[in-house]
Formats: sequence, C-alpha cells, structure tokens
Amino acid sequence: MPKLPSTKVSRRKLLGGAAAGTAALPVLHQLVPHQGLHDALEGEDALAQAHEHAVATHRGAAHVGAVGSVDPRVNGFDPAEILRDFDEGTVRGGVREWDVVAEEKEIEVAPGVGYAAWTYNGRVPGPTLRAREGERLRINFTNGTRHPHTMHFHGIHVAAMDGVPGVGIGNVAPGRSAVYEFDATPFGVHLYHCHTTPLAEHIAKGLYGAFVIDPKEPRPPADELVMVMNGFDTNFDRSNEVYAVNTVAFEYMNRPVRVSRGELVRIYLVNVLEFDLVNSFHVHANFFDYYPTGTRLEPRDHTDTVVLGQGERGILELRFPYEGKYMFHAHVSEFAELGWMGFFEVTA
Amino acid sequence: MEARSAAARTSAARPAWIAGLVPLAALAVAIGLFIAFDAPGIDRTGVPAEELAIERTVLHPGQIELHVRNDGADPVRVRQMIVNDGYVAFTQSDDDLGRLQGAEIDADYPWIEGQDYEVVLLTSTGATIDHTIEAASETPDADLGFYGLMLLIGVYVGVIPVAIGMLWLPWLRGIDPRWVRFLLALTVGLLAFLAVEALLEGSELAGDGPEAFGGAALVWLGAAGAYLALAGVDGWLRGRRERAEADGGGRAGGLGYHAAFLVALGIGLHNLGEGLAIGSAYAIGSLALGAALVVGFALHNTTEGLAIVAPVAEGEVRWRRLAALGLLAGAPAILGAWIGASAYDPSLAALMFGIGAGAIAQVIVQIAPGVRDSAGRLLHPLAAAGALTGLVLMYLTGLLVAI
Repeated sequence: MPKLPSTKVSRRKLLGGAAAGTAALPVLHQLVPHQGLHDALEGEDALAQAHEHAVATHRGAAHVGAVGSVDPRVNGFDPAEILRDFDEGTVRGGVREWDVVAEEKEIEVAPGVGYAAWTYNGRVPGPTLRAREGERLRINFTNGTRHPHTMHFHGIHVAAMDGVPGVGIGNVAPGRSAVYEFDATPFGVHLYHCHTTPLAEHIAKGLYGAFVIDPKEPRPPADELVMVMNGFDTNFDRSNEVYAVNTVAFEYMNRPVRVSRGELVRIYLVNVLEFDLVNSFHVHANFFDYYPTGTRLEPRDHTDTVVLGQGERGILELRFPYEGKYMFHAHVSEFAELGWMGFFEVTA
Repeated sequence: MEARSAAARTSAARPAWIAGLVPLAALAVAIGLFIAFDAPGIDRTGVPAEELAIERTVLHPGQIELHVRNDGADPVRVRQMIVNDGYVAFTQSDDDLGRLQGAEIDADYPWIEGQDYEVVLLTSTGATIDHTIEAASETPDADLGFYGLMLLIGVYVGVIPVAIGMLWLPWLRGIDPRWVRFLLALTVGLLAFLAVEALLEGSELAGDGPEAFGGAALVWLGAAGAYLALAGVDGWLRGRRERAEADGGGRAGGLGYHAAFLVALGIGLHNLGEGLAIGSAYAIGSLALGAALVVGFALHNTTEGLAIVAPVAEGEVRWRRLAALGLLAGAPAILGAWIGASAYDPSLAALMFGIGAGAIAQVIVQIAPGVRDSAGRLLHPLAAAGALTGLVLMYLTGLLVAI
C-alpha cells in the first residue's frame, strides 16, 4: 500500500502542531489512531478504492477515538490480558476457592483521565471467576476499603450467601472478611457485583466481574474472550463520560484483539453498565451464534447485533472467514464514540 | 527625653526612606520562609477544584478553536475533548495550566453551519468543563477587508451620528436660555441612561470571563477609575485656565468648551465600549448586520452630538474645535469595533464598559450646573421634564439596537 497519504497527513499535523507551539507529545498521540486507520486498510483486497475512500475520510470527518493511550503499567492491569484471563482459583479438599480483596485504587479510564475506583483484586472488571457446573465454591472476601461492601453472585444459592445488606452475611465492614460458599449452578456466563447501597455508586465505581460456569460436558475448544461492557461517570453527574469494554476507552482501537482466521472464537459478554438503560454489541462483517446467559447449549439466534440491559449477559460464538481488521462496538453510537469501540485483527 | 533624642539622632544619620522599607523587607522574608517550608501548619482540606473559563471560540471549516484560562487556584490539565457525545482529536498549546494561565485548544471537527454544539473538556481528574457553541458559524478572518468593514461600522454608528447631532448648535444658539437648560437636562437624562446601560452590560459580560480577574468588580473598578481620571483632567484644565486668566491672557477657551471637551471625552469612552460590543458580536457571528441595526445605533448616538454642543450654546463658535470634539466622541467606536472583533475578551470588555460608565458619570457632574435656573434650583420642572425626555428618548431608540 502506498504510504504517501499517510506521510502527508503526518506532516500537516506536525507542522500545525509546531506552529501552535505545541509539545510534541500530543501531536504524536494524535497520529497513532490515524496510523491505525491506515493499517486497517492493508488487509483489504480492493486496495485502490478503499484507499481513496480513506483519504477522503481523513479530510471530511472527525477523528475517531481519544487522544493518546493508557499505559497498562499505570493501572496495574491490562485490558489486553483481562480478555483471556480466567481465574480458576485453587481446589482444596474438593472445594474451589478464591481470595478476593476489595481495594480503593486510582485508575486511568481514558488517556490521561483518572478515576477513583473501587476494585476487586485491584482491577476493573474484577477477576473472571471460572468453575465447573456442580462444584462447591468458596470465596474468601476481605474488604480493604473505607466503605462496607458485599459480593453478590448471580446464580442459585441460599439467602445467607446472597451478598445483600441485612441478609445472612450482609455488609462486610471495612477491614473485615467474610466467606461466601455455594454450588456452581446453573452453567452459563454470569456476573458478581457489590450490592451495598447506594447501589448505583457501588457498581459504577468498579465492583463487578464476570462469573463463568462451564457445563459438565465442556463446550468445544475455542479462543475464549471475556468482555465486560462498562462505563465511568468521572464528574459524578450520574451519566457516563467514558464507555468501554474492560474499562479503558478505545483500548482495542489502539491495540486490536488478535484472533486467528477460521478459529472458533467464544466471547463471554457481560453488561454491567450503570446509568444507561441498554448497551449493545455489534461486530462488523460477520455473524455470531448467540446463547443468552449461556444456559443452553443451542444458540437462540444467529445475528451480528445484540442488545443487553444491565446484568444481562450471553455467549457469542463466531469464526472470522477473512483476514483483516473488523470493528466491534456498541450499536449505540453515543457509547461507541465515547469509547466503546474496538477492532478484531484477524491473521492467518 | 534622652532616649527620644538619641533615636532622633540615629534616624537622622541615615535616609528616612530606609525605615519605610523595613516592613516590606520583613514581609518578603516572611513570605519566602512560608513558601520555603511549604505553608507550615496549614493543610489543605477537600479536593482540587478545577475551574476553566472559555474566553473565546473561533470556528473555521472543520475546526474548533477554544481559548481557555484557568480561573481557579488549582492546576487544570485538559486530557480529552468531547463534542456532542463523541471524543475528538485535539492539540493544546499547554497541557498543564497554572492559575490564570491561558491556552489554545484546537480540534478537528466537521461542524455544520447553524447547529449547536456541546463541547466538554475532560480533565485529568475526570472533571468536566462544559461549553455550548450556539448556532455555529464561521469566525471572520481579521484581514484588511474585515478591518475596513469595522471602520465603516464605526463611522456609521459613531462618527456620523455624533456629527449630525452637533448640527443642532445653530438652533441652540437662537433659542431662549430656558430651553437650553431644558436641553442640558435632556442630555443629563440620556447620559444617565447610557451609564446605567453600560454598568448592566459590563456586569453581564464580566460573568463570561474568568472570575479570578474580578468579575463584576472590574466594571465598578473601571467606572471609579474613569471618574477619578476625568475629575483629575477637569481640575487640571480649570487650573490652567485660571492661571491663563491671571496672566492676563484672556479667556483660554471658555467654560463652555471645557465642559464640551469633557462631555466628548466621556462619550468617546462610552462609544469605545459600544464599538467593542458590536465588533465582538460580529466576530462570533451573532450580529445581524443590517440597516435596522445601523439606523438604530445612529439615532441612539445622534443625541450624543446634542450633548456635546449643549454646553457651548452660548459664546463664540469654533468649528475646528467642534470637529475635533465630534471625532473625540465618535471615532472611539471604530477602535472599539476593531478590538472587539479581533481580540475580544469578556474581562477587557467589562472593564471598558465600566470606564464608559464612570466617564459618563463625571460628564453628568460637569454639565449639571448648567441646568440650574436663575433661582439656582437644579430640579426645576423644566429640568425634570428634560431629564425624563432624555431617558425616554434613549429607551425608545435603544429598542432598535438589541444585539
């Protein structure tokens, strides 16, 4: 692919930046996503046409994405790793066990934009807990923050283990610990979150995670991904300034999700978005089998877009027949342009 | 007694001004120590409060340019920019703004003529600064044609109307002195209207600028400053004239021209603010430049010409001097339009409106004695009627020029 248009854009940007006495850093940041758009075209076949179109897009349309990128070292967790990070805990005496600690932590939710989060195990979303249907589960929860919290699991269990204030274990006070114990059922993709009031605040600040229960007969092998759709109200007006999958706005625009052509890709999709009624997932140039809540082994739908309310989740299965870069994003354009947008990069 | 004389001797040994510097030096040392030890004993409570004023918005095709200023005590670091619920690419001339520091933010955005845009600047702490661009339209470039246009507007609304108003002079000279008093009272009325209007408009504008620059206090500061400055000029002119008369040089200009000069200066300062308002409205595209506006301002300002010539109704006519006074009163509208259209700043505008109001207040004090009747009464029936007529006249002509 000819590099000329790219260089041209770069030079214009650089000159403009220099003239305005701008520091080099924002200028460089600004270039990154543009470069990404050019890379996106490299895999396509109809090169010349697509190329012309892309150049036109540069001039007439707004740039897509935030300025800059978030260094995973700042947050101590990496959305690229969260994607494939399943925490199976440890099995002791026939019981699958995890240690979970609630911590207060300043995280970066969009490049340069801080957020005083509450986390499970120092990350947002919290660890993806994974078990097999019918296993006995034990979660040792410690509250290391200055506010009471709980862990409320979506699943089937006794009231005492439900993780809501005033019932059973109830609120876990700062510095205190509690043990949640129940059976893994039903199989599917679920979630857990804090249920202390004010509820919206305790969820929005980051206390949630995915909870995957595999059926006794495992699903076919696949490249498995976890995507927790979330958002952040950085100015406390009860609406979100940042939307994302796995916390960081535009993360998968800057660093696409790499998958292999023809391989089965399974996405555990969870919507925890606070303050907005719906969220959605849409993938470009492809269709997927959809298993709502993952509680059946037969797909309910074959589609390219699903709409989810808060707490709704499902399993998506798809294969990419062609190489190249394919967008995925919320088909709520506002959320997409406020950060919930990314690329799959399909290679051989 | 012994001690005091000893002290007197010691102080006589060195210049007196050194003693005056001691408290200043002590203050400097105290401040230096306080800063060096990082405000010992004082801990900040609460979280940083970021405040950012958007002083100016410039729109060019595909581009939004914001001029911002840190209006608070804490540093402001803009990290992302959102336009109509979508992140946009932008560059900024400075990404860490200290108190009162300004920066320019440039964004690529394909805005559409006539639409409203909600701009949100997201800071490092997640705080947001909201700014609404109403009915987007391209900001005119400050080229030669643009300055020419502003010159034309200034001449239309400032110079010509004032000159026309001054043509009342021959008529004034022929009428009964009682009617001259009436016209002077009318002048007081219309000037009072202008002063109040300038104060209100200035206060409104001050709200758009950084609060740290003083906000509405700027208007009153400007007013007080202008009043005092003009009172000083008045005192200086009187002193000069009295000296000239004492030297036997006869009347150097006469009391009428003295008052007329101050009236013209005051009105000129007021017209500077008026030109500023017109120019800035034009620059942000909110000015419907039409015949109605120009005609309205012209009618409004013609009465100002009358105010200048009223004090010189008696005595000899000096045309050249009158022309100079007319220019002094009207031409600042041109200057104001230039400033307003090219370097508009709400705080500066507020200060200018304050200066205009203060100048007018001093002018009223100047011409009020001329309103007195033979019995020495200030608010005789004719004077009250005149002042009221002036107020109503200004109100009615003002209806034509709502910007």
